[in-house]
Amino acid sequence: MNWGTLYTQLTGVNRHSTSLGKIWLSVLFIFRVSVLVVAAETVWSDEQADFVCNTLQPGCENVCYDHFFPISHVRLWCLQLIFASTPPLLVAMYVAHRRHEDKRGILCASRSRAKQEEDLESLRKRRLPITGALWWVYAASLLFRLLFEAVFMYALYAIYDGVWLPRLVRCEEVPCPNEVDCFVSRPTEKTVFTVFMAAASGACMVLNVAELAYLVAKAATRGPARRGVRKGQADYAAKDKGLLQMMRNETLMASSSSV
Amino acid sequence: MPITTVHVNRYYLEPRMNWASFYAVISGVNRHSTGIGRVWLSVLFIFRLLVLVVAAESVWGDEKAHFTCNTQQPGCNSVCYDHFFPISHIRLWALQLIMVSSPALLVAMHVAHRRHLDKKLYRRTGRGSPKELEQLKLQKMKITGALWWTYIISLLFRVLFESAFMYLFYRIYPGYKMFRLVKCDSYPCPNTVDCFVSRPTEKTVFTVFMLAVSGVCILLNITEVVFLVARATSQHLNNSKDSPLGAWITQKLFSY
Repeated sequence: MNWGTLYTQLTGVNRHSTSLGKIWLSVLFIFRVSVLVVAAETVWSDEQADFVCNTLQPGCENVCYDHFFPISHVRLWCLQLIFASTPPLLVAMYVAHRRHEDKRGILCASRSRAKQEEDLESLRKRRLPITGALWWVYAASLLFRLLFEAVFMYALYAIYDGVWLPRLVRCEEVPCPNEVDCFVSRPTEKTVFTVFMAAASGACMVLNVAELAYLVAKAATRGPARRGVRKGQADYAAKDKGLLQMMRNETLMASSSSV
Repeated sequence: MPITTVHVNRYYLEPRMNWASFYAVISGVNRHSTGIGRVWLSVLFIFRLLVLVVAAESVWGDEKAHFTCNTQQPGCNSVCYDHFFPISHIRLWALQLIMVSSPALLVAMHVAHRRHLDKKLYRRTGRGSPKELEQLKLQKMKITGALWWTYIISLLFRVLFESAFMYLFYRIYPGYKMFRLVKCDSYPCPNTVDCFVSRPTEKTVFTVFMLAVSGVCILLNITEVVFLVARATSQHLNNSKDSPLGAWITQKLFSY
């Protein structure tokens, strides 16, 4: 599982998140991904090898394991983490798109080459404010995150009837000759980790809800007038404060040099 | 270890998210710690993390495979293992390391927030050139004001988590000594069977070592709290003319 690549991608997105978004990312990687990789994967490593049934009938253990564990907890969590991490990439794609548009604007405007280079550099380093269309994309990404987390938590609960893993399961699938006792390996340790991961998931959901509430509150206090719609290239560029400031500085310098 | 968090993430990341990346994230905080904080971080990484990864994980590697019970009854081994080892020592220590290191992030977030405010101030006062902003990034933050409180709170949380885990350890495995033989009669074992633990002496050695280092870390954190409080108090006393708190403390001390 190449979590490193995901981490690199998400830390790139981090710059355009709110503070709650940054906290969410830390909670995700420290309490979920690293616990999964460092601890949980070793606990579940022998789950099938050490799933033992009280029978010599060949195939009975395989069938019973498959019946009681249709999808392993570890794989469910990996999928959950991947799905929960992809909506921020939506935001990254939108930011890249906006940057591309701004870049085109800078290159089209008739200025000297050195100034263009400077503008492009500052564009790359600048953090976009979460307003307008970016606000909607960001809010949509939060809603998707919440949705995916909720779906996976429900799936885990539905498949395993809760968080508690039993020590003993009774199985009577074909080819088991009768109802056999099958013993799950390390059930208590697995229960501890299941509870931990469920709690961390819950914490992430709470953070997402808080971030959504914060965004809505910020938009409401800002007022409808400033939640602008894209009118034209010039207006669009001018709404970006940094770019506006640079243009102002430029006109000032141009006027001072002409004096 | 003067490296910022952002640069470390980009350059030192290995293909797997593992302890190395964890180390990278946490050591980014190191620059804003006191001297004792840096000693704590070194103790944490050298005596706990490194020992855990390099030695302890191989000692506990075969804990289940070589947990043998004197019976042929299928399932008896699993059940007895689960009864005597509800959670493995290794996992407890890994969780302890993760939880104990997380308050450092509080400090990192506060430092990032302060830097952001400083950057804004620099830009407003016309010092927004890239060189000056780079310099700002490399500057060491002074532990004063609100950052002092965040730092103290993070230290108290560290002490709390360490103590909680040590207590949990004591509750689950009272005595700290690993037994060679345990007697088990859980279903489906037919009667009271003898079960043998793998490498008990080696496990006892490592358990004692990890607990001792935990204790040392707790002491270091408490010392750091005392040091910070003493420093703040002495600063207030030295500036007692400017600080009303310092004047109050001076007055109280000299009235007895």
